[in-house]
Amino acid sequence: MSDLKNIKEQFILKLKNDLSIDEINNVKTELFGKNGLISLKFKTIGLIAETDRKKFATDLNQIKDELQNLISTKINDIDSKKINEKLEKEKVDVTLPERPFVRGKIHPVSQTIDEISSIFSEIGFSVEEGPDVENEYNNFTALNTPDNHPARDMHDTFYLDESKELLLRTHTSPVQIRTMLKNKPPFKIIAPGRTYRSDSDQTHAPMFHQVEGLHIDKDINMGHLKGCLNYFIKEFFEVDKIKMRFRPSHFPFTEPSAEVDIGYEIKDGKIVIGEGDQWLEILGCGMVHPNVLNNVKVDPSKYQGYAFGIGIDRLAMLKYGINDLRAFFECDYRWLNHFGFDPIDVPTNYRGLSR
Amino acid sequence: MKITFDWLKDHLNTNLKEEKLLEQLTNIGLEVESVENLSEGLDLFKVAKIIKTEKHPNADRLKVCDVDVGEKELKKVVCGASNAREGLITIYAPPGAIVPKSKIKLVVAKIRDVISYGMLCSESELNLSDKSEGITELSSAKYKKSIGNSYFSKLNSNLIDLSITPNRPDCLGFRGIARDLAASGFGKLKDFKEKKIKSSFKQTLKVKINREKGQACIAFGSCLITNVKNTESPQWLKDKLVSIGQKPISAIVDITNYVMLDINRPLHAYDADKIDKSIIVRNSKSGEEFTALDNKNYKLENGMCVISDNKGVLGLGGIIGGTRSGTEFDTKNVLLESAYFETRSIRRSAKKLNLDTDAKFRFERGIDPLSIESGLNKAASLIKEICGGEISKIDIQKIETFKNKIIKFDPNLFEKISGFKISIKKMIIILDDLGFKCKKEKKYLKLTIPSWRPDILQEIDIVEELVRISGYEKIKTINPIKERTKSTLTQTQKLFHFLQRSVASKGYLEAITWSFADSNYNDPFKGANKEIKIVNPISSELGVLRNSIFSNLIMYISKNLDRGFKDLSIFEIGPIFTGSNPGEQATVVCGLSAGKKSRLSWIDKERNVDVFDVKRDVVQTLVDAGYNSDKFFIDNVTPNYYHPGKSGTLFLNRGKDQVAAYFGEIHPNIIKKLDIKSESLVGFEIFLDNLKFPNKTLNDLKPKFTVSDFQKSERDFAFVVNKDVKAQDLINAISSVDKNLISNVKVFDVYEGENIPENKKSIAISVTIQSSEKTLNVNDLENINNSIIKTVENKTGAKIRS
Repeated sequence: MSDLKNIKEQFILKLKNDLSIDEINNVKTELFGKNGLISLKFKTIGLIAETDRKKFATDLNQIKDELQNLISTKINDIDSKKINEKLEKEKVDVTLPERPFVRGKIHPVSQTIDEISSIFSEIGFSVEEGPDVENEYNNFTALNTPDNHPARDMHDTFYLDESKELLLRTHTSPVQIRTMLKNKPPFKIIAPGRTYRSDSDQTHAPMFHQVEGLHIDKDINMGHLKGCLNYFIKEFFEVDKIKMRFRPSHFPFTEPSAEVDIGYEIKDGKIVIGEGDQWLEILGCGMVHPNVLNNVKVDPSKYQGYAFGIGIDRLAMLKYGINDLRAFFECDYRWLNHFGFDPIDVPTNYRGLSR
Repeated sequence: MKITFDWLKDHLNTNLKEEKLLEQLTNIGLEVESVENLSEGLDLFKVAKIIKTEKHPNADRLKVCDVDVGEKELKKVVCGASNAREGLITIYAPPGAIVPKSKIKLVVAKIRDVISYGMLCSESELNLSDKSEGITELSSAKYKKSIGNSYFSKLNSNLIDLSITPNRPDCLGFRGIARDLAASGFGKLKDFKEKKIKSSFKQTLKVKINREKGQACIAFGSCLITNVKNTESPQWLKDKLVSIGQKPISAIVDITNYVMLDINRPLHAYDADKIDKSIIVRNSKSGEEFTALDNKNYKLENGMCVISDNKGVLGLGGIIGGTRSGTEFDTKNVLLESAYFETRSIRRSAKKLNLDTDAKFRFERGIDPLSIESGLNKAASLIKEICGGEISKIDIQKIETFKNKIIKFDPNLFEKISGFKISIKKMIIILDDLGFKCKKEKKYLKLTIPSWRPDILQEIDIVEELVRISGYEKIKTINPIKERTKSTLTQTQKLFHFLQRSVASKGYLEAITWSFADSNYNDPFKGANKEIKIVNPISSELGVLRNSIFSNLIMYISKNLDRGFKDLSIFEIGPIFTGSNPGEQATVVCGLSAGKKSRLSWIDKERNVDVFDVKRDVVQTLVDAGYNSDKFFIDNVTPNYYHPGKSGTLFLNRGKDQVAAYFGEIHPNIIKKLDIKSESLVGFEIFLDNLKFPNKTLNDLKPKFTVSDFQKSERDFAFVVNKDVKAQDLINAISSVDKNLISNVKVFDVYEGENIPENKKSIAISVTIQSSEKTLNVNDLENINNSIIKTVENKTGAKIRS
């Protein structure tokens, strides 16, 4: 018994010293090696008198555990000391710049087109497209704008041939014509795209973007037109209330025609949409003219509906506080970075159009 | 169309305020563009008398004048006018006044060391006439008692500028605007007082409209006013014209202008004594010339409608008169013309001659054909009143008689289109106020359309009138139903969307540039396409439709490099043009990258952007869009604007059907020619229209999910091959050995140089081998190894490196 106690005390004392990892391993062998002191003691269990055997075994196990714990703690201490020393040396200056990450941007016009498509998608419009180069018929004549009519003065046109047969579309309205010629009513489409007019100053660019809307069915009237645009404007500007004014105007391809103004005010140098008593013109619309329907072989006594045309760049300017239209197309790296959108910001209805 | 409320009141009885007027005009479709107070600040301009003039001490041509402006002290004003003299009554503008013509605000100024308080004004500076020589001379008799008074009579009406849509010629006159306002409930239209000419003598100048093909003059009315004394207009008339920003000229001209503005009836006054015998209205002959009232000489083509006499062209009918027969202050006998011209002919001729006049603007939109007589009556009476003389009987020549249009209108159409209801009684009231004659016939209204409304052609136009006058605010708002029966985007549109956002996520900023390009930039990139010229470009820099998006991107990259940016990546997705017919265009995603990666990095080594950067972007973008990169096939034949050795063509599969994309370095010659200052320039083009759609959805295309838990092993091979052997061929050869066992093939080193023969290179490849059925034993692996080496050596002529 005292033998065991002696071993225990002797080694506890030994392990209290500052030992290297090798020295600890030596101690470990001395105790638990093949011929280690403790190992040998285990071999003697059989020789102990039966009455004392149980106690002896218990004591021996206890001493074994105690010493083993002591050794592994000692080893752990040395290991963590080593790691700590290593860590001390490995310290880097984390205030140094990270590796660069370059994410591109989506142009505000593209973002706006996606927003518009998302809004109209919700109420059942699908997206149609048409070519940038149009013939005179689709761009004007089929849209009830005959040659030598003053209404053509509203469109300064780029031509591709001397006979003025081929041109760059001056609006997205020819997509109406193409869509209606290709399919049978009802029609419920929007058509965003590039449009061109030979006009260039601070507020006009020779190229700009429009979105055309067309809804033709059996009983679509001006109330539906008003409702559709009211919904769109509210959703687009992400406001609960919108002040909107329909006023009579004239487009050869719609009758009756209207221009739509929205209310705004200037607050701290910024335009706030939906409040105030200033009016801002944002789109033209109307009921599709029976002559246009006749031109595309749709019977105006059976089908009727509305069309509208909205300047996309203008909407983007208003929503995102961009002042200069021409900057959209000048490709200044700083501008693109500033006004561009993260490509992961896909406008959706459930997440909200914009952040 | 510029109007004032005061003038409108000549036709309208109303107590309402101007504010309400502005609102109502816009509500009925006569959009108010701007409102301007013309008289603001004009009260500062005073009638003044020059008391003394002295030569300027330091300038021969200048004088120093002491001017009486009605205040205690005389003002010292430096003046350069030769007619500045003692005793002259003129117009003085003090410091602070804004000169109407130049809009310059006057200040106390030192002119060659002499201080000048204000300015003495010429007629031109005050927009009174074109006379810019000398200062204004006011008649002493009339003004001697007004020294110190404001020269301009106070205008109490603002100048309102209306944007009249081209379908409403009737609203290019005050009467028409008043009629619309009255119909909408804004005041009451006054009766039109017409003084009929009572005359005892005939119009003696013979007028003949030639009956020939394309004759644009339908009717020509005229009367003579003899023994007139043309003079300055009376103040009321001058004030009227000035109030809407027009310059008074002489009574006869002012009267014709006044009648035109008042009732939208253009007239022309000839000096009858300058007309040779008779008036012939005919088509012009090619080469005929005349000098118009704008003092320009016009050479005419065949078939333009001219008013002529025996000597030749007097004027272009309905567009502009000529100088030869114009009225002047000494005109004794006046021939007044009031005619009707066909709208398209006016427009065609004016466009060809690039002429724009008030008369043309009105005639091309359509003048009331029944206003010929009332115009003559009104103008001739005024001339007689102001200039004296005798009026002849009216002579009207015509080749057609005007008949009012009749429209049968179904009142139900109104609600069907507008979505709201008004009573038939209300409809009749509105139409009646607008000048329609209404007759109820069973279920219809039989409407006689007023002669001044050429825009009303069918039932829908009647609906428009009724909605417009009722007020658009009456239209109900019917909320849309949130329902979708058809997918919003087509497959192509979805692909567009994916490609766009995918490229942007790889570090490229999206640009939108013109569809036009500068031919200098377009030329290098046009490839096999022909140049498409715009007939009337804005400038030569935007002279052609782009054959490639590179044309614009490279120009803008260059501009950004000039701004001091060095590492730039931009892209655009949009059309390129292959021909000038509709549809001859293709959608391309084009990206351009310049400069270096890791420039000035403390951690990574910097390097130029290169062909493998753009290759990654192209491949990854197509993978993002749903294409399988295992099937991609790369070729090294590319268009001539790419570096021939450092560019590639990507096909979606080995079949090489259509080019999916090009990528590579831009050809150094182009970089040099366009002077692009960058270390490197690489780009790519993805051709959206060439990308085939799989028949299945992306989800259906995915193979069943299986993984193998058996041990995989990686083997490395190094093959020595001829330099022109492509890595792609080696990879394909290895993959083909056993598709089930070889799960990955990766090139990890390419080496040329020491220990490798010239014209050869070594390619090191790591191959992952794994079975889904068992753990491969040494024998299995050895077999595959041998197969790989044998296959590669056979197919590519490679030798395994030992």
